[in-house]
Amino acid sequence: MEAVKNKLVVLSGKGGVGKSTVACQLALGLAKRGKKVGILDIDICGPSVPKIMGVEGKDVLQGEGGKWVPVERDGIKIMSIQFLLENASDAVVWRGPRKDACIKQFLTDVQWGGLDVLVIDTPPGTSDEHITLCECLKGHPNTGAVVVTGPQQVACDDVRKELSFCRKLGLPLHGLVENMSGFVCPHCADCVPVFSSGGGQQLATDYNVAFLGKIPIDPRLASAEDEGVHFADAFPASETAKCINSILQQIEGKLVS
Amino acid sequence: MDKANEHCVGPQSEAAGKAKGCEGCPNAQLCASGAARGTDPDVAPITNRMASIRRKVLVLSGKGGVGKSTLTKELGFTIGRLNLQVGLMDADICGPSLPRITGTLTGEIHTSNEGWEPVAVDDNVGLVSIQYLLPTKDEAVIFRGPRKNGVIKNFLKDVTWGELDLLLVDTPPGTSDEHLSTVSYLQQAGGCDGAIVITTPQEVAVADVRRELNFCRKSNIEVLGIVENMSGFVCPNCRGESEIFPTKKGSVLSAGERLAEEFRVPFLGKIPLDPSLMMSCEQGEPLRDHLEANARDTGKKEPVVSPALVALTAVATNLLKRLNLPIPKQP
Repeated sequence: MEAVKNKLVVLSGKGGVGKSTVACQLALGLAKRGKKVGILDIDICGPSVPKIMGVEGKDVLQGEGGKWVPVERDGIKIMSIQFLLENASDAVVWRGPRKDACIKQFLTDVQWGGLDVLVIDTPPGTSDEHITLCECLKGHPNTGAVVVTGPQQVACDDVRKELSFCRKLGLPLHGLVENMSGFVCPHCADCVPVFSSGGGQQLATDYNVAFLGKIPIDPRLASAEDEGVHFADAFPASETAKCINSILQQIEGKLVS
Repeated sequence: MDKANEHCVGPQSEAAGKAKGCEGCPNAQLCASGAARGTDPDVAPITNRMASIRRKVLVLSGKGGVGKSTLTKELGFTIGRLNLQVGLMDADICGPSLPRITGTLTGEIHTSNEGWEPVAVDDNVGLVSIQYLLPTKDEAVIFRGPRKNGVIKNFLKDVTWGELDLLLVDTPPGTSDEHLSTVSYLQQAGGCDGAIVITTPQEVAVADVRRELNFCRKSNIEVLGIVENMSGFVCPNCRGESEIFPTKKGSVLSAGERLAEEFRVPFLGKIPLDPSLMMSCEQGEPLRDHLEANARDTGKKEPVVSPALVALTAVATNLLKRLNLPIPKQP
């Protein structure tokens, strides 16, 4: 981990707001901009990163010193429990201590090599995985978090707790992203606040955290993820890609080179 | 057992009482003696509480953000208004949503010699959630597994649920401590009557839900049915239909239907994305009440027909049939 210049933790507190989406889009975008990128999926129960990155079911090999060699896609190094499961549909029914041990191994026993940035996707909540991750990263320089919310109050409630968690555990906050922020109806072009509106901006103001931007609901993004295709490559001129790019640029500005 | 330390390894662990995290804990001596590793003494009081509850059902997913809490809330209100007694247990310790979406964020759990009284969210519906126990609304609940298990135990052992027709347990995403503990206690205390499993149309959700269904199989939990939420969207402006979360390309069946077929469990129905349903959660009211309020506010005679409400009502009726809970004669 010493050879990893920046650690970027993607958190939420709320499930289903798009942590894995944001984590993968950041990784793909930063790699496209010439950075050496890794992405670590510490969602042990619901690992989504391999599917979104189009590498589901790949095998992880053991290299020098018995360390795991991460799966690669377009030069991005990827690690997830999904690669270690005999059967992708197996439930990983582990209590906290086993998950902790796995996360520690992912940080120390993977041949990440020299990376400009390691993006770390997390499960929802503020529990074992998050506590262990913060404990392992304590003292590591250039570690920061991007917190993802949805616009609705029920998401913001959980994200408020996550922001408290970050403050309590001393995890620096790069900023907040509001995902699934409105849907532009393809029939009438009306922007419908399917998941309510305004929560993310208010949250950022309340907690004095940078508001990095909003990503609208885009069925093409959901489809691209299901197919493991890079959305911004497929639809570079889309409003969604522009929003993601703006967020990416702001985050890139906060990384050390 | 007294309140455990933050880094408690759990009384069932081999290192119980002797691990670094045990220093200073009031239970350390008990755990070190191995006494806590025997039959859990809390099973008996949990069994007593559960004895007056006719049916206990888990609301599961595996995937976050698919609508577990929303469905729990709507089922609770709908079934309660059919004059059945309903308890809602919010087992999502880190991200408790039910108080907000039932409009009871300021609720308090009153304690007495009898135990902890659930917060009344409707005439026949009571709710317990860790949210009610937090000193401040936004306080993070930074608990490792054993402490979360302790809270779940409290909810099953100490809450005066009384005589209920149905206890619905809302769960967090995943297949971890909260799920294992809830299932284990319910099964030791008279049984769990099954689970409703929720998915959304995308493959990324289906993958997690498949794992959850395998968890149910392994844990001998009967899957009462699969619900597919966020299934299609009808624009409130132009009534045009869109698929916000598209299902697998080339598939005739929807995601939920495919899972139901694969696991040979019933398919309970699809619930479309409805901004009214979202707003009813924002405002902490049942969808039906929200639609009626909208109608009053806009001077309409009748509330607008909501496909989501129709679908949710069908899921509730279907669930009661599967649980063999007849609907009482309505006054």
